[in-house]
Amino acid sequence: MIADLLVQGIQMLLVLLLAPLLTGFVRKVKARLLRRRGPPVLQPYRDLLRLLRKEAVVADGASWLFRVAPYLIFAATWVAAALVPTFAPGLLFSWTADLIAIVALLGSARFMLALAGMDVGTSFGGIGSSREVMIAALAEPALLLIVFTLALLAGSTQLSTVAGFMASPEVGLRVSLGMALIALVMVAIAENGRVPVDNPATHLELTMVHEAMVLEYSGRHLAMIELAAALKLLLSVSLVGCVFVPWGLAAPGAGAAAYPQGIALYLAKLAAAGVLLALFETAIAKMRVFRVPDFLGAALMLALLGTLLLFVSRSL
Amino acid sequence: MAGLNDLLGQGRRVERHAPWPRALVDAAMWERVAAEIAEGAWTLLGLWGDTGAVHMALLDEPAGAVGVITLDCPAGRFPSVARHHPPALRLERAAADLFGLQPDGLPDPRPWLDHGRWGVRHPLGDRAPASPDGQAYPFLASEGESLHQIPVGPVHAGIIEPGHFRFTANGETMVRLEERLGYVHKGIEGLMAGAGLDHAVRLAGRTSGDSSVAYALAAARAAEAALAIAPPPRAVWLRALMAELERLANHFGDVGAVCNDAAFALMHAHCGILRERVLRAADACFGHRLMRDRIVPGGVAADLDEAGTREIRALVAEARRHFPALVRLYDGTASLQDRTVGTGTLRPALARLYGAGGHVGRASGRAFDARRALAYPPYDALAFEVPVLQEGDVNARVWIRIREVEQSLSLVEQIVAGLPAGALRVAVTPADEPREGMAVVEAFRGDVLAWLRLAADGTVARCHLRDASWFQWPLLEAVIEGNIVADFPLCNKSFNCSYSGHDL
Repeated sequence: MIADLLVQGIQMLLVLLLAPLLTGFVRKVKARLLRRRGPPVLQPYRDLLRLLRKEAVVADGASWLFRVAPYLIFAATWVAAALVPTFAPGLLFSWTADLIAIVALLGSARFMLALAGMDVGTSFGGIGSSREVMIAALAEPALLLIVFTLALLAGSTQLSTVAGFMASPEVGLRVSLGMALIALVMVAIAENGRVPVDNPATHLELTMVHEAMVLEYSGRHLAMIELAAALKLLLSVSLVGCVFVPWGLAAPGAGAAAYPQGIALYLAKLAAAGVLLALFETAIAKMRVFRVPDFLGAALMLALLGTLLLFVSRSL
Repeated sequence: MAGLNDLLGQGRRVERHAPWPRALVDAAMWERVAAEIAEGAWTLLGLWGDTGAVHMALLDEPAGAVGVITLDCPAGRFPSVARHHPPALRLERAAADLFGLQPDGLPDPRPWLDHGRWGVRHPLGDRAPASPDGQAYPFLASEGESLHQIPVGPVHAGIIEPGHFRFTANGETMVRLEERLGYVHKGIEGLMAGAGLDHAVRLAGRTSGDSSVAYALAAARAAEAALAIAPPPRAVWLRALMAELERLANHFGDVGAVCNDAAFALMHAHCGILRERVLRAADACFGHRLMRDRIVPGGVAADLDEAGTREIRALVAEARRHFPALVRLYDGTASLQDRTVGTGTLRPALARLYGAGGHVGRASGRAFDARRALAYPPYDALAFEVPVLQEGDVNARVWIRIREVEQSLSLVEQIVAGLPAGALRVAVTPADEPREGMAVVEAFRGDVLAWLRLAADGTVARCHLRDASWFQWPLLEAVIEGNIVADFPLCNKSFNCSYSGHDL
């Protein structure tokens, strides 16, 4: 029991510690692709430390919501990220690792962020929140439909079960899974505010989505939000990894020796995803704001088709 | 229709104004000309104040002729041109701010450059003291259901110049954009009054840092025209070489920057390398990356040696090797084309009305390039094309830059190949009488107009510099209408108007 708790604790700490590393790694790869040297991979940790030490300047018109939101956003995202099996399924709390619960946690975090963006009453916060909610209105249904596709196949919305099913030979080659994978990647890109939906590196106030909402944040509040954003990216990568590349997860009951191997494979998955993300972002321009619904609409349709196909034929 | 010379012949011709004529006119004729400009008979090149007078520069585009008409206004009032011809609006507001010359019937009497923070009013006129507390500036109203305002600037999130943009939008759709400029007013024209000629040309080179060569060239050419001095041929060719290097550096930078605003950083990175190559070549050849202060009255201050020639040839070869691949990347990236094609379309009629210069005008069908239309040396002896497109969108403005890069590379080659030998500079001696001169020079963003009056001792009595941005900024307000808020940075960058050159 103690050991189980320990492994669960390692999982929670692992995602927290690795999240800024993944962000820093993606930035580094992007910089190298642009023939720049780029900041050190560890820079996001330093940034977080710097922000934590700094004074938090709060706008005059800010309500309690503005101050509380960063912690709630961070907490919800952390819990969601910790629920996704990274190196081993079937951990102590894995019975809570329900896909719908994760979608709900992310939705709550987004809801808080959109409220906080509007709380101060600046025009940029409002623009950002309005755009974020427009994106969410399409991304969340798409994510739920992806969950349904998986649940129909695996017979459960619980991630450990899904991962176990996906690793088993009975899963086979399925069209609906391919559709769900593409849809999940598209939704993940939108959810994390990456190019082509949003540009995390922009300095143009008028084009921002996520950055516009957090423009008024500073100090420890901003650190919480930045860390939550990094966690969300890690969560998305872990989710894709755990569902579609479930190999190498330490099997339940395999003993402590299997864990380091699981962790090493997990790190390799993160690195591969980071390189792919950086490549994709370098090769594409940001789309017009009003094209985002088309983009997410395609993800929604793919996920819907994936689900429908399963009703048409169990083998697709 | 009668030519510009016939028109000026109806006024009283002013002696010692070179190279184009200037004529004094009465108020009735001033108004008539204003109406003719509005009808499209002439293009407004500039409008500026002077002590007790107001000048207006006109361009007869088909004939390539330039002329200036002047209205004496001892009472400090003159009939507004903007009442007939909107492009004169900000020029007249600026003249009112700087000289206290009141345009009668001005449709928009708000101050323009003067934000009430100078401590004086009319700094080039009566210099009346004023409290530097600033004054409220009423923005134009847009009324309607669910309209909201987005104020942006003057301090921006990126490292760019200051300017305030007031958007009125309905959700994402833009209803109106109003600019407020003047934050970087440096009082260049005030500093020039009474300055020696060398100093004045140095000041001109600091009007807009990215166009240092073009401004210095315009001011030097105006002074040389006034004093009837011809700089030596080698200097004339070296000036053109510097101007083309400046154009190359800026166009490389702009093509990348437009793409970067669509989050396509790859183009930005590669164009940035090419831009840096040009700047380093300029540094190696002329001892300054931006070639500042290398153009002086009577010639140039730096020569091109054998090593410099090799450097330039290597630069052209490298640009020819790498740039076509970047152009293919730009043209072949569908996601990027989706952003630039059809965005921020400037109608050719508006470009014509405003006499928009540079890539803004040429992307919207206005085939004006001072190098071709006014054919100042050495461009009369060089072969180049003036690319013109009709689409008027962001993509067209990028393409004009791409085509101009190709032309500039060819010009640089021709200049290096045909560079005459000889002296670099002739002595500039005062004329012992007041003289006036003007010049129009093609900077990378459009035509720069310089007009100056020299006192008998050779110092500058009055110098006016008009950036191409004066006629481009208002068009940015026009193209943005009906676009979405998030596309403004892209449109803005494709215009790339100067703040500093405009605020002076």
